Amino acid sequence: MSFDTPDDRRYQESHEWALETDDGVRIGITDFAQDELGDVVFVELPDEGEDITAGESFGVVESIKAVSDLYAPVSGTVTAVNEDLFDAPELVNEDPFDEGWMLAVESDDESELEDLLTAEDYEEQVA
Amino acid sequence: MSLQMPPLRGVHDERGAKVTEFGGWEMPVEFDSIQEEHRAVRESVGKFDVSHMGEIAVSGPDARALMQRLTSNDVTALDVGDSQYATITDEDGVIIDDTVVYRLPDEGDDHVFLFIPNAGNDEAMTERWRTHRDEWGLEASVENQTHEYAMFAIQGPDARELVLDVVADPDRVSDLSRFEATYTTVEGTESESESESKCWVARTGYTGEDGLEVIAPWDDAESVWSAFDCQPCGLGARDTLRLEAGFVLAGQDFDRETNPRTPYECGIGFTVKLDTEFVGRDALERAKEEGVEEKLVGFRLVDRGIARHGYDITTTDGDVIGTVTSGTMSPTLEAAIGLGYVPVEYADAGTKIRVDVRGRPKKAKIETPPFVDTV
Repeated sequence: MSFDTPDDRRYQESHEWALETDDGVRIGITDFAQDELGDVVFVELPDEGEDITAGESFGVVESIKAVSDLYAPVSGTVTAVNEDLFDAPELVNEDPFDEGWMLAVESDDESELEDLLTAEDYEEQVA
Repeated sequence: MSLQMPPLRGVHDERGAKVTEFGGWEMPVEFDSIQEEHRAVRESVGKFDVSHMGEIAVSGPDARALMQRLTSNDVTALDVGDSQYATITDEDGVIIDDTVVYRLPDEGDDHVFLFIPNAGNDEAMTERWRTHRDEWGLEASVENQTHEYAMFAIQGPDARELVLDVVADPDRVSDLSRFEATYTTVEGTESESESESKCWVARTGYTGEDGLEVIAPWDDAESVWSAFDCQPCGLGARDTLRLEAGFVLAGQDFDRETNPRTPYECGIGFTVKLDTEFVGRDALERAKEEGVEEKLVGFRLVDRGIARHGYDITTTDGDVIGTVTSGTMSPTLEAAIGLGYVPVEYADAGTKIRVDVRGRPKKAKIETPPFVDTV
């Protein structure tokens, strides 16, 4: 089975992606991750204004069968939360790279983004 | 330890199933989507490979006496083709396993029983039966046939119709009441004359829906499975379905080692017939007289969140009063539901409780299962 891995963003071994946008760095989970999880039924995320730290858990995503921690690919302050996910967590399954985004953060350190895996490296990891 | 493989492991792989370890077996947990599979069973029909369940045959002159003394229900109530839900308890009345006992056709003057222990318990139960048989000087043969039979569950409102289309004796199968069973042949899909398979077909299941369970010879598993043309479902959907129905799961809602419970605490006291003699009877009689201190209850979360096995149940003030044993997001209700043990004073429907979800107290209410109206 092949999974989408858009090359406009960076990836983390624990299956989160990070994309630089005008609102800050958007964060979500990969197509591979949503497929592994199965039906996503709940997402717990920090509030706007909270800080997250690269490599540390910032929330959880729950499928019917499992609870999985979400790990921050970069450090920063949360500037936006995708509240659509609270009523429609299935967006994570349907469109993990776009409608299923989770957070946007104002990054403390731009080099953190550069240190993440490229799409090519990530694809190799999940192949 | 290497995992045991069901006969259709390769077939499930080809169908793209995700697999998981369950009771020492590598079993399909999800074929397409747990929610999709769950809905198929509630709305039409789905099929489950439950070949990890054990099959133990007990026959001989004292087969009935042996079954009676090792299971909590009354096997003398079973005519040929009947089945009953029962527990297997130890001297303290603690559940070792729950099971369905079938009475197969007699062999001469002897009764024959088949019982279905949970996955991974077949060897221990075979040993238990043989040890007690020898100790009590009974004459009975106890055979572990787990690797001789596959087992499938065809469940949902359209299940019977689907099964009737492929069995050789549709009238006989159609006449089965709940918990009745019969032998029939399932018409194969390859070479009909050769692959017709003699199957034990029972109107039982563990989803809360109407449906049938089919115990088929291991070698015929593929043709029988293929004959039922409907949504394949994995253990993930089986778990959400059984929980919506309020059915307990061995090893999760009770466990002899980590969570020893009597049938009365589990809410399955109806499986205990105190007018029969069985291991654990006296302890259970005392337990019934004294009443239980804790009881398995259902609950539904009011706040957002999902309760999982092992989470604390607390009072509204935060005092820990129990533990969640099963919890999920109900695909039918789109609400978080669960089971757990609480002191009886908190067990009434409507009682407000909290469930500690990763350090955050979530509002919840006790609710009497089944959570979903089924047959």
